[in-house]
Amino acid sequence: MDPKFRRVGFEPDPNQSQYPLTVPPPRLLSERTAAVPVPEIGFRRQFPGDRIPIGSYNPSLALLGTSPSAASTPTSEYRDGDGEFSEDSSGWFLRSESKRMEGTAKEERNDVPSISKPVKANTTKAERRALQEAQRAAKATSKADGRAEPGKGVKQSSGKKDGPPVTSSTATDKKSGGRSLEKERKKDVPPPRMQFDDKSRVEKAKRRALVNQTEAVNRVELFRHLPQYEYGSQLPKLESKLFQIDSVHPSVFKVGLRYLAGGTSGDNARCIEMLRAFQEAIRDYSTPPEKALVRDLTAKIGSYVSFFTECRPLSISMRNAIRFVKSRIAKLPLSHSESEAKATLYSDIDRFINEKIILAAKVIVGHAATKVRDGDVLLIYGSSSVVEMILLYAHELGKQFRVVVVDSRPKLQSQALIRRLLAKGLDCTYTLINGVSYVMHEVTRVFLGASAVLSNGTVYSRIGTACVAMVAHAFHVPVLVCCEAYKFHERVQLDSICSNELGDPNAVATVPGRMNVNYLDNWTSEDNLQILNLMFDVTPSDYISAIVTDHGMVPPTSVPVIVREYGREHLI
Amino acid sequence: MPDVQALVNDFVNQLKKRKIEGSQATAKQTAEVLRSVISQQRVPHTNQAAALINAVRAVGEQLIAANPVELAVGNIVRRILHIIREEDLSLATAAMAGLGLSVASDDEDDMERSDQPILSAAAVAAAARSTLRPPSLQTLLEDMPDSAAVPHTSSSGGDSEGKSRSVDKGSRGRKLKHDVIEAVNELIQDISTCYEQIAEQAIEHIHQNEVILTLGSSKTVLEFLCAAKEKKRSFKVFVAEGAPRYQGHLLAKDLAARGLQTTVITDSAVFAMISRVNMVIVGAHAVMANGGVIAPVGLNMVALAAQRHAVPFVVLAGSHKLCPLYPHNPEVLLNELRSPSELLDFGEFSDCMDSASGAGSLHIVNPTFDYVPPKLVSLFITDTGGHNPSYMYRLIADYYSADDLVVKGRPTTGS
Repeated sequence: MDPKFRRVGFEPDPNQSQYPLTVPPPRLLSERTAAVPVPEIGFRRQFPGDRIPIGSYNPSLALLGTSPSAASTPTSEYRDGDGEFSEDSSGWFLRSESKRMEGTAKEERNDVPSISKPVKANTTKAERRALQEAQRAAKATSKADGRAEPGKGVKQSSGKKDGPPVTSSTATDKKSGGRSLEKERKKDVPPPRMQFDDKSRVEKAKRRALVNQTEAVNRVELFRHLPQYEYGSQLPKLESKLFQIDSVHPSVFKVGLRYLAGGTSGDNARCIEMLRAFQEAIRDYSTPPEKALVRDLTAKIGSYVSFFTECRPLSISMRNAIRFVKSRIAKLPLSHSESEAKATLYSDIDRFINEKIILAAKVIVGHAATKVRDGDVLLIYGSSSVVEMILLYAHELGKQFRVVVVDSRPKLQSQALIRRLLAKGLDCTYTLINGVSYVMHEVTRVFLGASAVLSNGTVYSRIGTACVAMVAHAFHVPVLVCCEAYKFHERVQLDSICSNELGDPNAVATVPGRMNVNYLDNWTSEDNLQILNLMFDVTPSDYISAIVTDHGMVPPTSVPVIVREYGREHLI
Repeated sequence: MPDVQALVNDFVNQLKKRKIEGSQATAKQTAEVLRSVISQQRVPHTNQAAALINAVRAVGEQLIAANPVELAVGNIVRRILHIIREEDLSLATAAMAGLGLSVASDDEDDMERSDQPILSAAAVAAAARSTLRPPSLQTLLEDMPDSAAVPHTSSSGGDSEGKSRSVDKGSRGRKLKHDVIEAVNELIQDISTCYEQIAEQAIEHIHQNEVILTLGSSKTVLEFLCAAKEKKRSFKVFVAEGAPRYQGHLLAKDLAARGLQTTVITDSAVFAMISRVNMVIVGAHAVMANGGVIAPVGLNMVALAAQRHAVPFVVLAGSHKLCPLYPHNPEVLLNELRSPSELLDFGEFSDCMDSASGAGSLHIVNPTFDYVPPKLVSLFITDTGGHNPSYMYRLIADYYSADDLVVKGRPTTGS
């Protein structure tokens, strides 16, 4: 069917062929807890009325029919899930505002009749008070940071409403260990968003830092809160220090330097590299005397993470992976010996890489390839590994289509991609992002990659993605975002300014291969002139027709559901 | 007039080779070429206007064909045709008024001749009124009874005059040519100073601490921003570089040199930054009669982003950029694809270019212009002031005569 015709009637589109996978395929259903429908009720309550008319939501409405049968079984599973989860959650709430979402989510769950737990709901006031006191004490000793706001205490207790009985009954022995882990984690995980306009904190961070980057000159006022350094100036010095630094494992150091040099691009590649470095570090790790493995290793990983952060700000997918590793360490049974524990961790990380990144990509490719038809003209932007796999897979299936590759300065990543596609025999059209309005006329689908999908449905991706999605939206071309579920994050973001990454401004100033374009050769001498090289932008959810994940194709409104239901898989 | 032909050919060649950059330069040169065409043109005693029109039209046709995408050429050709018509008309009215007076005073003349000129004088005056005054419903109604008489009288009047007053006629012909050349000079003057008139309005549109985004480079935009800066307004400018020509770099350098806080961003960052921008100010390649804009490539994207964030999208355009045509499929028909080497290094990708090798084929698209539909434009600022996109058709009616809209392929007839 011609998508342009189909869009004439616009949204309340009876033809769900575009989102058939919102209903999870049976195979997936059996695999996971099968409890999706129940929380979805809660979710819909959070967003009443105005969201529902979006046509893409219909499939999940239909899903409600199946909910009662599914809801009865997983209750018990949820229960211990909660127990475990609430352990972490106190840390979460302390750490960041944005996770309040989770708290409200839990409250919602309490309202859902099918999982009502009368015994737990009746925890006495005294019990709750006691628990709160304990948490306060733990918090005070952990001296994590002074950012625990008064409101948080309330949130915390409400969030843990159904927690206490479980922890007290089943996890008493773990409790002390778990608490201390909480402290460790609070200490180690760098605050998710360091604001670099906060002088005192920056100073503090600098004193600790291994990589002493120099501040870039002529910075853009609007982006003072983001780190920006001279590029490449530190690299030789650090390389020579490879064998002198003992606080960081050599493999970690190597990967960090590669980040610093901008060697690895692509979130998946970066994430896998980091996890492999962790694996190496864990393999070579031995617990120092008089220290517990659980604690010490968490601290070590924490220091590695801060080293990586100094080299290049972590992507959201990397943060999720780190959270996974830490939770795995925290969950190690105390009975394990050191070698056992190390082996478990090693295989856990392997499993994460395989399941969450490699297999997930394959599942996405399978889903997305169904959306490629003969005669299609697909537009892709940048060079996303998953999107490339989709194109190659569809080509292998023998589908006849053309690819429009849109590229943008200064990275021009697509040039390498276009070589690979041409070598495989695909027909390509290449243009820069300015020409996207010109080529959009003939395009029938847009496939985009993403660096992260945030829980308000916005897609955090390479700079320019929003432009492409916007133009596609204006031309009524469906936009499919392909993103593994491990890149989903419960944070929300409205603009591309508050949280972003700054690249090297010199890359914008110079145009390789164009000798006559040299107007900005000595731009730093001009006081009034700044150059901004943003790395990411945020695509509003209304430009996105569907997000293809390893859990199927979902509308952007369903992202919080996935974050809530599957996000915790990392932690269990 | 071989020298004129050489001049025209030279200009045609330059247009064909795209040697002339920018609509202002093109417009100016077109006007200059046409001025010399007019001055070299021998005018017959009768129908001088028609002769001039035919000459201009013939040359104009060549020029337009040389670069159909450069709408400024066609605009100027039409402007000059319009000027000739107007000058002719005003001369005719003046002459007829004199004639009418003389006829009225002279009773001895035979009757059948005497009422003709009076009728024709009235008709020509009405016609002159209708062209000199803006067309409105009232003028339409006033002209109703006369309109039938106009074609008939003008020719017969011309004939009778040709017989009776050939001496006077010759001086009138020289007068017409002179007037037209004067008017063309004025037009050239207007073209070269239009950005000053546009820049004068800057202060009314830019307030303190404003954040302005622009893409690519335009002399008009540069002058506009600098005019506001000179009036002690301080504001910031984001300049999108405008790949693959990177004119934005040049603009940013100039702006920074003139003391404006300038930030260069990549084109892809437009959507990210537009939420912090108060106004988008851009130049145009041409403004169509429906209010749509043919603009440097990438501006459609900027306009969409601006619309999304309710940021005013202001287009600066000199009156020589106003085109009286309505666009059809302008993204393709009024566009031009430039060399692929601006996007990809041919050396690197030459092996991909031949489709014989079994690998996929590679197309490289490097369009020059974007079409911004009128609904995305908030305001046009021209040398005559600010206008809504929906008003452009009216503005255009001031500059062009409806007879000249189609310059090409029109069998040339008498006046």
